[in-house]
Amino acid sequence: MTDNDTPPIATQTDHNPLENVAWEAGVSKPDPILVAHDVTRSFGGLKAVDVDHVEIQRGLITALIGPNGAGKTTFFNLLTNFDNPDTGDRTFNGRSLNNTPAHRVANFGMVRTFQLTKALSKMTVMENMKLGATGQRGESMLAAALPFLWSRQDRAIEERAAGLLQRFKMDHMTGEFAGTLSGGQRKLLEMARALMVQPELVMLDEPMAGVNPALKQSLLDHIKGLKAEGMTVLFVEHDMDMVQEISDWVIVMAEGRIIAEGPPASISENKAVVDAYLGSHHDAPLDLGDLDD
Amino acid sequence: MDWGSIIENTVRGLIGEQAIYFALAALGLNIHFGFTGLLNFGQAVFMAAGAYGLAMTVASEEPHDLILFTIGDGNGFWLGIFMGVIVFPVILALILGIPTLRLRADYLAMVTIATAEIFRLVARTPALDDWTGSSDGLTGFASTFYDWSPFEPRQRYFFNLFQGNQMWVFIIGWITVAIVAFILWLLIRSPWGRVLKAIREDEDAARSLGKNAYAYKMQALILGGVVGAIGGTLRAIGTQSAQPDNFITDVTFFAWVAVILGGAGKVFGPIIGSMLLWATLAFADTFLREGVDAGWVPDWLITGTQVGQVRFMLVGLGLVFLAWRRPQGIFGNKEEMALDDR
Repeated sequence: MTDNDTPPIATQTDHNPLENVAWEAGVSKPDPILVAHDVTRSFGGLKAVDVDHVEIQRGLITALIGPNGAGKTTFFNLLTNFDNPDTGDRTFNGRSLNNTPAHRVANFGMVRTFQLTKALSKMTVMENMKLGATGQRGESMLAAALPFLWSRQDRAIEERAAGLLQRFKMDHMTGEFAGTLSGGQRKLLEMARALMVQPELVMLDEPMAGVNPALKQSLLDHIKGLKAEGMTVLFVEHDMDMVQEISDWVIVMAEGRIIAEGPPASISENKAVVDAYLGSHHDAPLDLGDLDD
Repeated sequence: MDWGSIIENTVRGLIGEQAIYFALAALGLNIHFGFTGLLNFGQAVFMAAGAYGLAMTVASEEPHDLILFTIGDGNGFWLGIFMGVIVFPVILALILGIPTLRLRADYLAMVTIATAEIFRLVARTPALDDWTGSSDGLTGFASTFYDWSPFEPRQRYFFNLFQGNQMWVFIIGWITVAIVAFILWLLIRSPWGRVLKAIREDEDAARSLGKNAYAYKMQALILGGVVGAIGGTLRAIGTQSAQPDNFITDVTFFAWVAVILGGAGKVFGPIIGSMLLWATLAFADTFLREGVDAGWVPDWLITGTQVGQVRFMLVGLGLVFLAWRRPQGIFGNKEEMALDDR
């Protein structure tokens, strides 16, 4: 299942690098940034995640979809070390993530957002953004009381944050408490804040949940923008329109396993996928999400 | 009714030694609760660590070898201060924090409230008499401090409010409070303080952005503990004794009242909170006593001996009123508080 003899022809420019990759679950890809192998996680008697092998191609937008309770969010937590698997190896950029604390994962260049947005509501939009920057000298307790050690760096961070806020069209709310933002604005803020980490891989857990239609298009454009800047995006989503529109590759989970992979167009015809969704309402406009964590 | 003595006592409560000790205890607690969201229900034990760190180092009846230090018997005052303000509270914070800070906030609450009582009861044990002085406590460790006093012990200073020694504690105490508050103010508006606030709201969000939440919570626990211990050390110096029953559970809750009154999460809130708490207690005490003596308060309602309890009821009523009219405390920001409900 893991080994497929597709020749990894590097056709970076113009071509889809996954052109020659077979449409099957667990297929290996020419340039994976994230690899999970034999990852399992049980809650009591329930095996929530049981993934044999999956690879995420660098520089593309990959969607992780599946019916409610498929284990997408649990798998997401395992990939980012917010939860520890019972078995399995995860490597990011060739570096093992096993036994790495969650905060170190972010420093490696892999940042995640949450299904229930974690905008820090009692901090201003700007404070939220500045929190995202890594390697801040002023975050050490000993240096913190001596502003001259970090104030220049802090100003540079603030400038970068202001630039990002402008790009996300939130520069008019810099000084407002994040708690006063709407649901969609919080999603935008969370995404902008994640970019402050300067990640290589951005993992978005249901970026469209609770976002009004007017903001959806802008969110989609921002996600495409991440790819244009060379970042890799992996996102969990229920909204099939969004999946069709922006993803380069789709991975389908059901009952904890990867059941199918392929370009978005191939997925809706895949029999295993249709079976997994049968009776479910995957094209409903909004879903409150699976509660499997 | 002697309004002069009512005002005098109230002012003494407002700026006197108790306000100083509890301002420091509350400043420390505010780092724990106000900025980091740690539920410490044992701030008394950090104060006790400060008091006993000094007292045991300088004045244990017999010398005892600890691993690095010999305590008791002829140690200098400065080593005692170092033990009370740094060594004891840091070790205590590590003991409290290592097992609990990876868990939910309520575990720290349980462990701290229990540890505070365990420490007090152990310090009372007659078996440890030559270490802690058991229930009598330790005395005679603060003379160096008063040797430096420029004030005449028998004279009264500052509008006759304080005797010479009290005056010296008063001055050094408020200078200490000012320095500590200034350092905390610097810390809180730094990127370090920003991480603490993020952890208070959502630890996972902070971790997803690469912040080691556990390490930050430990730093906050240690820092707040050290500040509380400074209060305890000063209290031991001011009363010239370290006694187990000076650190009963009530002490922790006085510090909590000061934090909530002043406004949790505001650097200067706890100082004002502590001043108002002790001013209110002193006012209620003197006012009721004078009222009972003058016959304004009838005997069937309150007798002179009940005043001591009744004043706490009045403070309680005041807190209920505060929670109703101004839940964010005196310095708190109502809009910030309201964001909780969204």
